[in-house]
Amino acid sequence: MRRRQDLSGYLFILPALAIIILFRFYPILQAVRMSFYKWGMAGPLYTVGLKNFERLFIDTKFYQSLGNTFWYVVFAVPLTIIFSILFAQMLNQKIPGRGFYRTIYYLPVVTSIVAISVVWKWIFNPDRGVFNALFGIFGIEGLKWLNDSRGIIEILLAPLGITASGFFSGPSIALCALIIMAVWHNTGYCLIIALAGLQNVPEQYYEAARIDGAGPWKTFRHVTLPLISPTIFYLMITQSIFAFNTFTPIYVMTQPPGGPLGTTNLVVFYLYEQAFRLWNLGYANAIAFVIFTIIFILTQFQKRFIERRVHYE
Amino acid sequence: MNRKLPIHVFLVLGAFWMLLPFFWMVTTSLKTQMDALRFPPSIFPHALMFVNYLEAFKQVDFSRYFLNTIIMTLGTTVLVFITSALAAYAFARLRFWGRDLLFTLFLAMMMVPIPVYLAPSYVILSRLGWIDTFLALIIPWSVNVFSIFLLRQHFKTLPQELFDAARIDGLNHLQILTRIVVPLSKAVLVTIGIFQIVSNWNAFLWPLIVTHSDAMRTIQTGLAYFTQAESTNYPLLCAAATFTTAPLIILYFFVQRQIMESYARTGIKE
Repeated sequence: MRRRQDLSGYLFILPALAIIILFRFYPILQAVRMSFYKWGMAGPLYTVGLKNFERLFIDTKFYQSLGNTFWYVVFAVPLTIIFSILFAQMLNQKIPGRGFYRTIYYLPVVTSIVAISVVWKWIFNPDRGVFNALFGIFGIEGLKWLNDSRGIIEILLAPLGITASGFFSGPSIALCALIIMAVWHNTGYCLIIALAGLQNVPEQYYEAARIDGAGPWKTFRHVTLPLISPTIFYLMITQSIFAFNTFTPIYVMTQPPGGPLGTTNLVVFYLYEQAFRLWNLGYANAIAFVIFTIIFILTQFQKRFIERRVHYE
Repeated sequence: MNRKLPIHVFLVLGAFWMLLPFFWMVTTSLKTQMDALRFPPSIFPHALMFVNYLEAFKQVDFSRYFLNTIIMTLGTTVLVFITSALAAYAFARLRFWGRDLLFTLFLAMMMVPIPVYLAPSYVILSRLGWIDTFLALIIPWSVNVFSIFLLRQHFKTLPQELFDAARIDGLNHLQILTRIVVPLSKAVLVTIGIFQIVSNWNAFLWPLIVTHSDAMRTIQTGLAYFTQAESTNYPLLCAAATFTTAPLIILYFFVQRQIMESYARTGIKE
């Protein structure tokens, strides 16, 4: 017997569908089309074929922004996750004030990035900032923070007489300042997810480890870590995507935006600059295409992994 | 007890670290400019300059920015509720050709990162003549696929008898949705609503791109503008940062659990 069709279903999804077609689906087609044009806001359009992509290939600023983004993600994401697991592990036991700590650690997550960028810029101020004042207490010379373009690998290798340059000089001090802020901002979110992961570890496993005489570190290494590895993997991917999309701190904190010497120019900011400051909308879409590809690969990793996990269980 | 001492020390240090920027924001906001520029800095202000708040609020049109943000938040939230409830009901409860394919397509749209949309959306919005209007701030965000997904999951858990009984009573689908299903979905709707409020309040990149005039600025673009205008007056900047974040922080203290849950379920905003 054929089941009755509810044609009203189409009416029900119509509002959502209309918006999705107009503002999600159509823009993607438009983006693909635009990437083959020299597309400014005024003046004629030229079909330029693959010129936008050719230009991308030789654009050193683009490569620099990709390199910066790479360092940003590679430093910020693991640090955030390590801190969040550390604190989650501490909060996953009967400790007075658990709820209080959780509330405090999560607070940055609900705060707007514009506002915290203003405050962190002030904290990183080279002449009057809190960080350099704290350094001063310990007799350490202050840093120029957001104005310092020297890469940290470059600085670390300099005493050995090795000069690292370009990509290999690592994230600049300025970018490190942004990384510190990102770690501060996202630890709370990861902590809540990690805590949920830890709470799913059955109590018997810990008991078994205790009976076997495993110390805290061994228990963590051989019991906790393998069991929460799916959570860690999930956090790695989602946080990488999130970090990849970073825009606001660069806009608010760096001077000139993306500076010093382009060392804080992350790829999404570069896209913004090309599209909405220089009005190279076509070229911006070529950049968007690269961003899409990288994020797509990351999400595929995530999907694969989740599927595999389901098979094992 | 002794064994746990290091844990307490770490947790307290962690709390200090997390609170430091908030403390520094508030303490700076109450200092005179002279006081703020002292180095090494004083931890507490010498005189409480509450007047900084008034001054920051007047210096640019923050009341307008607040109003704009409230309009944007209300607009998107209400529309997201309507579009999501309708679509989720259809996907969960109605049978029509192409339903599952459409749902998969909806979900696939979540995979496209926001930067990809920026330039083409701008072109589309300017062709519609929507740039610098509330339409540009609200309409493109009036559908949220994840909200549809969450509601659909919930609608599927409701017992079939409920729907059968309603049909026998002669209710149509719209009546079933508004009179029976929605009242049974309050928890999910609250999750979605909170997520909408927080993400609208903190939205920056989109308003920055689709609005130009001062009269259309939202809280975040207004704050960024203020930052550029008053780049060195840190007491005023910190005062503005404080009063723009305060509403959400107050909300957070009331609905902490729901906020954590809605973020954990929806993935982080922006």
